[in-house]
Amino acid sequence: MNKMDLMKIPYYPGCTLNTVAKQFDSSARDSALAVGFEMAELKQWNCCGATFPLAPDNLMGLTAPAKVLSGARKEGDTLTTLCSVCYNVLKRTNSVIRESKEKRGVVNGFIEEEYDGSLNVLHYLEVLRDRVGFEKVKGAVKRPLKGVKAGAYYGCMLLRPFEDVGIDNAERPTIFEDLLKALGAEPVEFPNRIECCGAHLAMNDEEVVTRLSGAVIDSAAGMGAELIVTSCPLCQYNLEKSRGAASNGVPVIYFTQALGLALGQEIETLGFEKNSTDVMPLLKKKGIV
Amino acid sequence: MKINLSNQDVQSAGVGKVERLSGEDLKKCYQCGNCSGGCPVSYKMEIPPTRIMRMLQLGRLEEVKAANSMWLCVGCLQCYSRCPKGCSVAAVLEAMRQEALRESADRVEVKDLPMPLLKKAPQQAIVCGFRKFVS
Repeated sequence: MNKMDLMKIPYYPGCTLNTVAKQFDSSARDSALAVGFEMAELKQWNCCGATFPLAPDNLMGLTAPAKVLSGARKEGDTLTTLCSVCYNVLKRTNSVIRESKEKRGVVNGFIEEEYDGSLNVLHYLEVLRDRVGFEKVKGAVKRPLKGVKAGAYYGCMLLRPFEDVGIDNAERPTIFEDLLKALGAEPVEFPNRIECCGAHLAMNDEEVVTRLSGAVIDSAAGMGAELIVTSCPLCQYNLEKSRGAASNGVPVIYFTQALGLALGQEIETLGFEKNSTDVMPLLKKKGIV
Repeated sequence: MKINLSNQDVQSAGVGKVERLSGEDLKKCYQCGNCSGGCPVSYKMEIPPTRIMRMLQLGRLEEVKAANSMWLCVGCLQCYSRCPKGCSVAAVLEAMRQEALRESADRVEVKDLPMPLLKKAPQQAIVCGFRKFVS
């Protein structure tokens, strides 16, 4: 396909995808091209703030994401992102700006912009499902993940709160499993797939993170998963770090690495060596590589 | 157990402020316990989410402030997601955290963070942590 014909979607990488999660970014960009769209990185962007302020009077917490949104609106009517936290913060901020005239006025005053909340914030998974279509993704698969029992780990930020994020049912989502099915894998639903990994407590309470992330891995392995896929660098970090605490050694990779793998990209370009769990023995065992 | 209730406690300015900052109506909670059941960190909280709501309804703000609960809530929103009354305990705890940080010292300092964490952890962990633990 000629690159000029590709659907271009403005893309917000966020800080982590530029540093410790480069493999998440690069595998997503390459996969996008293979299924017919191009991720056009925003000309200018800043940190989203990494947390949506839960106390509604804290408008200062909305200024950083609002600046990202207002910049993105100048480049198109849609914005896509990969990190679940960035997605959650940007999408929720966008809703506040769109729905509250008063808050919109205050936030715009701070950032000296006139942004109206008209951007459509989509997670990369939504782009695949709603713009590309999982059928088309399935058609583009060159190296099916046949026989791989994969557990999709949603975590919190991709799903909650439902009324603002709305990517899928908050209690029984399927978007992730549907993608894995399209890639030829056997999705495994496990009880802790929508539970918290411990998030930023990685900073000062390792016991909580080890316990929660360990429980996620045990829960997946208990249902037969041989692989866990994530959509958030912090989930990925916490799960990989806590793996020793779990009773088994299930590797953890970004969903875009699984996607790139299935789409037939060169193994060396998928950045598996940047992960701290090794997926290669599993792929060899399954005859995928 | 005998509980002494006074209008002064139940309608205290402190609890009113928590309601105003969080945007939550504490009286809506009818103690079903779903929040504590779904909360991933309630096992470690000195006062679990459901009891926090009850204690605040009764004006016992100081006891809730003294507990470790608000520092453990990561805002995963499982409590809110499963609340039949649409209450967000996470928002209540965030409001209380904000107040506590405005009144006293920060909970974490950069110099105390281990170097391997700063080098390897995703920035979002650090940024988010600072927003939750520093005023």
